[in-house]
Amino acid sequence: MTRKKECVAMLLAGGQGSRLYTLTKNQAKPAVPFGGKYRIIDFPLSNCVNSGIDTVGVLTQYQPLELNEYIGSGQPWDLDRLNGGVFVLPPYQKSSGSDWYKGTANAIYQNIKFIDRYDPDYVLILSGDHIYKMDYSEMLKTHRDNDAACTIAALQVEMEEASRFGIMNTNPDGSIYEFEEKPAHPKSNLASMGIYIFTWSKLRHYLELDEQNPNSSKDFGHDVLPAMLEAGERMFTHNFEGYWKDVGTIDSLWEANMDLLNPKVPLDLYDPSWKVYSRNPVKPPHYVAQGALVENSIVTEGCFIAGTVDFSVLFAGARVEDGAVVRDSIIMPGAVVKRGAVVEYSIVAENAVIGEGARVGMRPEECEDKDKWGVTVIGSKVKISCGASIAPKSMIDTDV
Amino acid sequence: MKETKVLGIVFSNMHDEYMGEITHNRTMASVPFGGRYRLIDFTLSNMVNSGIEDIGVITKSNYQSLMDHLGSGRDWDLARKRGGLCILPPFSSANSGIYQGRLDALAGIQNYIKRSKARYVVMADCDVICNIDLSKVLAQHRESGADLTLVYKRERSKLNRSSDTTVLCFDENGRVNDVLSSPESDGEHCCYLDIAVIEKSRLERIIAEGVARNKKSFKRDVLIAQHATLDIRGYEYGGYAVKINSMKSYYKANMDLLNLEVIDELFPDNKPVYTKVRDEAPAKYGLNAVCANSLVADGCVIEGEVENSILFRGVKVGKGAKIKNSIIMQGCDVGENSNLECVIIDKDVTVRAGRSLMGYNTYPVYITKGSTV
Repeated sequence: MTRKKECVAMLLAGGQGSRLYTLTKNQAKPAVPFGGKYRIIDFPLSNCVNSGIDTVGVLTQYQPLELNEYIGSGQPWDLDRLNGGVFVLPPYQKSSGSDWYKGTANAIYQNIKFIDRYDPDYVLILSGDHIYKMDYSEMLKTHRDNDAACTIAALQVEMEEASRFGIMNTNPDGSIYEFEEKPAHPKSNLASMGIYIFTWSKLRHYLELDEQNPNSSKDFGHDVLPAMLEAGERMFTHNFEGYWKDVGTIDSLWEANMDLLNPKVPLDLYDPSWKVYSRNPVKPPHYVAQGALVENSIVTEGCFIAGTVDFSVLFAGARVEDGAVVRDSIIMPGAVVKRGAVVEYSIVAENAVIGEGARVGMRPEECEDKDKWGVTVIGSKVKISCGASIAPKSMIDTDV
Repeated sequence: MKETKVLGIVFSNMHDEYMGEITHNRTMASVPFGGRYRLIDFTLSNMVNSGIEDIGVITKSNYQSLMDHLGSGRDWDLARKRGGLCILPPFSSANSGIYQGRLDALAGIQNYIKRSKARYVVMADCDVICNIDLSKVLAQHRESGADLTLVYKRERSKLNRSSDTTVLCFDENGRVNDVLSSPESDGEHCCYLDIAVIEKSRLERIIAEGVARNKKSFKRDVLIAQHATLDIRGYEYGGYAVKINSMKSYYKANMDLLNLEVIDELFPDNKPVYTKVRDEAPAKYGLNAVCANSLVADGCVIEGEVENSILFRGVKVGKGAKIKNSIIMQGCDVGENSNLECVIIDKDVTVRAGRSLMGYNTYPVYITKGSTV
């Protein structure tokens, strides 16, 4: 008999993340490396633990191998518990047949039995593609205080960006009277962060209703939330202030990494009371050679730097050899930038090798045709030969 | 059950007295080293990487920091249902007391050794930094049929009473025919690295004899006294190995890590050195940071200048601060415009803005844990 939990978190990690192209060719989006030693999923998992939620279901579907291995027993996040802990939940075969997760709501529907085992009062729904630090216990308090059926974490965004988000129109008491998914003409700038707390008995009911609706796309934003609103359920926003970023595209992933180098961005990874946990690489401290230049950068254990590193994020075991220059770039675990190579405005994925004297990417001011400029991506294990030149905005997933 | 199962025994307190203030509140085993390690990490990782899954750590005094570091042993993959890590605090009854030597300490854990299903025992201290494949030592021990195999390194050095070195001499067949404890001598020596392999049953007999005759010291009462009757052989280790036996050698061994060949040899990808995970964020370099020939651990925030130095986890270097030829341990805060040269600063020290501290490379200045300069 499992003991009752007040709140169980369900982390949607099944998305393919197709807008990250080659970076998600062989792994799910939540497993994409971020910020020197993390993966995207470390942020919601660490938030859960730091908020006192110790039971987390991770719903996987697309390329789960790497993610499963990464999560393992959950020990790095202190989620290896006698009662509760972290569970990887792929779709499975049932006596009545089997199915892939058809949408976010359907993924939770298929795991009703898992949630019921803990008999929770509330269920927290999270997604695996956001970078932020948030105390879910405060959101749970808002939910309880409002006696709500559903509480949605909300962030004020720039009005011109509002049409990219699910926008909520609220009464002065924070209750939601309208929910618009990516509206062309938004009425407010209060955007949904894709973080929901539901009273479990209510959610269970609406998931079952939604499942019977043949016209539903089985999605929280499109189907379940509007249905609950229509039925007159108490739905509220929980206002969040602080850093939050969706890293679903190459540009936003690059920007979010660069945000870590900006002292004005309020995402403090050095706060001992709210650590972001991750599976640690077993590497010695990083070595900076004589004659190397490292400025405005984040460097992880196991790195070797003999060249110039400026405004960049270096992951565990990255190597920048002498005479090489890395600027405004992200060098993922084990990638090597050989002697004399220049890497600018690029993401170099795991274990890629940039050959001697090669040029990858370009600064925007050097690029004549501004439309052709963008962040360059070198895929995992790709080898760029000596002296090769890789144009800005290209996506390379085979050896050049 | 594998017949060749091996038991590891680690002595955590040997040589404490040679390290001065650094071991005032900790064991030799928990002396911080190389930016993120403790000395015992090398011993434990060598054993784990050589397939040893049962390890007993013998402690004597000041072992709080060691227990905090080791925890369940999980970070070395030693949190096992069968075997794994076992911390062995002094076992004393009314008439015993704290042990006085390795043999005495082994007598205190006779039951632990007896219960082990291992056929061989590897014993090691925590004062040697090396990345050695112990399975090769075990293989040689089995093949040679020796009673006891001692790992040694050949080196040219000038020894004296205070060097805490055991020198082995061999006959033409490779058998140890003399053992000298810290002799006054200059030249090439075969220096014992405090790593020994022995069959468990043989060790148990030696311990029992030691108890019966009230012998306490493994070196004096076994190696020196019995080398004629026991078949003691050597295993020459040709790789990088350095013995920490003074503040000076501690400083030098740390500085050796700034040599790339030493880093590559001590931290190969296939034989990693494990340590306690602290979940620090990566190191961050600010605008105008300068860093050259240095080893920097995670969690550091560098805004000043760092040269020829080793920065442990979570060290803050303020703007305009200059650190040269120094070892700065975990959690230190080096204030703006301060100037440090040839210093060893223990954990959690605050150096206020504008302060200067200077030692000399043969005589580094040591600042005690937790103090404010």
